[in-house]
Parts: sequence; structure tokens; C-alpha cells
Amino acid sequence: MALAVAKQDALAARIAGLSYAAEGWLGAARGAALERLSAMGLPGKRDEYWRYTDPASLTVTDAPKAALFAADDEPPVFDGIDRVKLVFVDGVFDAAQSDDPALAGVEIERLAEAGARDIHWAQGLYGVLEARGQVPVQRPLAALNSTFATDGLLIRVTGRASKPVSLIYVHNSETSDAILHHCVKLEEGAELTVLENGPAAARFNKVMEVDVAKGARFHHIRSQGRDHERRAVTHVFARLADEALFKSFTLTANGVLTRNEAVIELLGDDAVAHVAGAAVGDGNFHHDDTVFVTHAGLRCESRQVFKKVLKNGAVGVFQGKILVKQGAQKTDGYQISQSLLLDEDSQFLAKPELEIYADDVKCSHGSTSGAIDETALFYLRSRGVPERAAQGLLVLAFLAEAIAEIEDEAIAEDIRARLEGWLARHDH
Amino acid sequence: MLEIKNLHVKLEEEEKQILKGVNLSIGAGEVHAIMGPNGSGKSTLSYVLSGRDGYEVTEGSATLDGQELLEMEPEERAAAGLFLAFQYPVEIPGVGNMTFLRTAVNAQRKARGEEEMSAGEFLKVVRERAKTLKIDAEMLKRPVNVGFSGGEKKRNEILQMAMLEPRMCILDETDSGLDVDAMKLVSEGVNALRSEGRSFLVITHYQRLLDHIKPDVVHIMANGRIIKTGGPELALEVEHNGYADLLAEVN
Repeated sequence: MALAVAKQDALAARIAGLSYAAEGWLGAARGAALERLSAMGLPGKRDEYWRYTDPASLTVTDAPKAALFAADDEPPVFDGIDRVKLVFVDGVFDAAQSDDPALAGVEIERLAEAGARDIHWAQGLYGVLEARGQVPVQRPLAALNSTFATDGLLIRVTGRASKPVSLIYVHNSETSDAILHHCVKLEEGAELTVLENGPAAARFNKVMEVDVAKGARFHHIRSQGRDHERRAVTHVFARLADEALFKSFTLTANGVLTRNEAVIELLGDDAVAHVAGAAVGDGNFHHDDTVFVTHAGLRCESRQVFKKVLKNGAVGVFQGKILVKQGAQKTDGYQISQSLLLDEDSQFLAKPELEIYADDVKCSHGSTSGAIDETALFYLRSRGVPERAAQGLLVLAFLAEAIAEIEDEAIAEDIRARLEGWLARHDH
Repeated sequence: MLEIKNLHVKLEEEEKQILKGVNLSIGAGEVHAIMGPNGSGKSTLSYVLSGRDGYEVTEGSATLDGQELLEMEPEERAAAGLFLAFQYPVEIPGVGNMTFLRTAVNAQRKARGEEEMSAGEFLKVVRERAKTLKIDAEMLKRPVNVGFSGGEKKRNEILQMAMLEPRMCILDETDSGLDVDAMKLVSEGVNALRSEGRSFLVITHYQRLLDHIKPDVVHIMANGRIIKTGGPELALEVEHNGYADLLAEVN
């Protein structure tokens, strides 16, 4: 009981200064989220789901200060990609810096503007997938987000978008504490790529709910900012209908604390969901990928591919689960989590899980932790490749399986260039 | 070209002396072969010359055109013109063979202060040289040595040699794991690279490789030393009589 009381006290302190508008469809959704949140309280480090990552700095009342960071040594990621740019500064949409959000087959609205209406398509999505994702594992920070999100985008896709929608985050205040909530609804046969990049705030809590209808395709490529002092918790909740496709890739370089959760439900038949991440950390770096994939439909395929390169005491965490429900026959589930430890100070903590209630399925998982292959390093050097370059080649090779999850070759090349830049800057 | 003088080498981790005073002199354009029983130190010699970790040189020197090899990093030795064809070529998942070759060629050029090869020029040269070794486009695209058969791996070594154009080539049991046809193909690849300015040190257990790659000089190595040196006929002698007689002669 003492634990439950502590969670409630922490919640009361955290939300004391927060409020939301109770009107409109959004007010109702927020009210429901607050009820969920109140029943759970905030997570503590003694929670099983937070065993490897201390949530204290994510739940504390005031966001810990974080220095601003400007990358002037390389062009911003996705710079060369033709896209619709939508900019958020410390969690607030900035129309002046954004493109006109006009894109054929795509409707884009601001959460802060659309919430007061009585009815809206997003009623069926906002907080809905988040609520589904609270079982069997509680995710209070996502419920906190649904309750108090200050802004976000509501994106409805009815056709095949001709270019990506690109969410660009800008960090402008050392104490900003941003809560953003995006909803993306892809109607039957629709297709959209969403890009995300940039340092968002000193502390960032983001939820994205994605509903992928029959035969629709959703691609998500994210590059979390190089701002080192940020703390971020993000959730992506996705629901897939028949023959739907969902692919999400995240690059994380730097960050004191990042927890990325993905909660994916394959409800229809023949759906495909891939979620992948490449994280590189040096020093005071803690990165946590927590993934939960539920197979409920027939003949669905899911892949989880997570790779981490860690040095100078950096910590990587992977908690990944595949749940195959009764009747989800012919499921093909794959999960791999690997770390490359460049020294003996770094740490990788992994908890792979499979829970299967169907008898005709194929599920595999693997988790490894290792050092640079000295034999391969010598082989490269014996051909004249200098030691550092050889090490860089091997690190990129290690990450290749995760990067291969990006379908668009130009975007994949851009991500590779970021990694090469990071390796060059952290070459010691 | 390659001068090895009184080379003594022990294992770094334990007190085990492997090379006990090797002397060897290879002139420009010459092909030397080293034969010897298992454990005689042949492969250790190739590793020490190319700079692999785990060995400690306790005495002696090895110079390439007067430059002391033993003080250089492996990549510096490569840039100076040394090449080791591995007995067991290493698989490197995730690194494309083509990327690997181009990175190596350009790293060596850069180290020597030469201009890097353009992508187009590189592609043209690599295709042409791969063709003579019967290495197809698919093999060039695949990750380095991953899923290659024994013969493909050895052909890939020779392709690297052809691309890097070293002056001193060491072939460490290049015939191991090869069938007759593959051995012929690999040997043709090596022979095509023979020239006045390029020398070879061929390490092998068996005489049959030397039917294809004809040596000028044959050395017999045993117990960390070269115990006998002669012409190609020495290899035939070993083939017929084994090493026992030679070892007895020395002892």
C-alpha cells in the first residue's frame, strides 16, 4: 500500500500545476485519460516495467534544466528530402516556421485548435489506443500525456501522400517541459511517411497514435536530437487492420535519458509491423527501447530490430515482447536486440519475452552483447584501412540490420551519414 | 626486397618461443616457397610480418625495401606494399565486398600521398580483375566473405591482391581447402600478377601448389628455423620422402 500511496503522492505533485480545457470532444477524452492516470499513479523505480530505467526525472514535478544545443557542424537531418515541414518550438506549433500544411490526400489539423469541437474523427483514436495499451502493462506517462498534452497534430490520410510529413522539434528554453500528442489515421489503402527530428524540449513527453486501416501503409522515421541533456519519454501506439503495414525506425544519438515505447496490435489478417532502432551513446547516456507487439490476426508478420553501440559507461536497455493470442495462427514473429560495447564500462540490459497461445506459429528472438571483432579489425587493417576507419566500418556494419528497415534509400543514406558523423565526433 | 634477419618471436601471453632465428632474403621479382610440417612456425611468420596482435618479437628485424616492418602498424605495412593472403579469410557481415575493396584501395593511396580512385574508375578496374578470377557481380555485392565457399574466399583474397597491387605478397596456405580446379584458378590469378617488381612468399604444406606457382627458391622450415634452402627440386624431395629425412639430417 505504501507503494501505491507514494505513486499517488507523486502524481498529485506532478499534476498540481497542470490543467486542461474540459470542453469539446477532446475535453471528454482528457477526462477519461485522467481517470486512468489517477487509478495508476506515476511509475517508480520499483515497478517491474521500470526496473532498468529510473523514471524519477521523467515524473518529477519540474523538468530538470537542459542546455540548448545547436548542431552547426552538419546540415539538419532530412534536409535534402522534399517534405511538408511542421515546426514545434518547445512543444508549441509554430506556423511561421512551418510550411503550408496542404498535401493532397492528407488533412492536417492542430490539436490545440480542433479540440473544442463537439465531434471530430479523432475521437475514435485520441487516447483510445493509449487506453488499449494500458493492458496488460501500465503506461502512466502515456495517460499523463493524453490528459495534459498541450499540442500536437491530427493527421487523416485518405490517399497516397506524395511526400513525407516532417515534424521538426526545436528546443528554445532550458526549462521547457513539452507534452505533445499526435494522431494519425490512415484510411483504407492510404499511405504516408512521417519524419520526426530535432531536440524538442528540456523534458519531452510524446505520444503518437496510429490507426492503419486495411491495405494502408505507414512509415515512420525518427532522428532524436543531438541535445545531450534532454530527457524524453515517447510512446507510439499502433493498430493494424487486414494487410496493413507499419514500419518505424528511430535513430538515437546522445540524450541523458530516452525511453521509447512502441505498442503495436496486429488485429487484422496478413498485416506487417516492423519496429527498429539504432542507438549510439557515449558517456552519460541511458537509452531504453520498450516494445510490445500483440498478434491477434492470422498470418501476420512482426519484426523488432534494435541495435545499440555503447561506450564510456553508456547504458542501453531493451524490453521487447511478442504476445501471440489464441487463434493468431501462422504468425511470423522476429525479435533481435544486440549491443556492441566499445569498452568494459558500458552496459546493456535486455529482457526479451515471448508469450504464445497459438500452436502454428514461427517466433524467434535473440539478444547478444559483444565487443568489436578483433579478427575482422585486423583483417581490415591488413588491407590498409586505418584502425579508426576500420572500427567505424564495423560499427556501421553492426547497425546495418536496423538501418535496412528503412525502405526509402535516400532517407537511409541520410541516417547513415548521421551515424558516420557521430562516429567521427566520438572517435576516441 | 624483404630481408628477415635472426627473427625470434614468442607468444605474448605465454613463454613459448615460436620463431628461433629466421633468416630470409627475397629479391625483387622472386618467388620463394616455405614448406614445413605443422607447428613449424610458418603461419606465425606470416602473422608477425603483417602485424597481428598476440606475438612478441624478442630479437631480429624484418625490413621491406630497407624500412623496418616490425615497428609499423598493420595498415602502414599494407601501405608500404605488404600483403597477406589469409589462410582463413575473415567474414565481415554488414560490410559490402565492394565497399571494403574501395575503402582499402583508397586508404592505401591516401597513405602514400596519391590521389584517390574515382568511383567510376574503381568500378571499371574491379570488374575487369574480378572477371579473370571468375568472381561475379553478385559476389562483389555480398558482405565480405559471408556465405562464400572455401574457393570463393581464396579467389576473393587474390582479387584484393590484384586491386591493392602490393610489392611483397605472402600467401599463407592459399591451397588449403581448394579442389584441383579452384587451385588452378587461384594459381593463374597469382601468376598473372608476377612481375619484376613484385615478390612472393608462398607458404604451403604441399608441393602440388608449386606445380602451378613455380618458385625460384624453396625453404624448409622446422621448429622455428629455416633448416634447408634449395631450388624447386627440394619441394619434390619433400613430396617423395616427407620431412623425416630432412629433420634427421639437421639433428
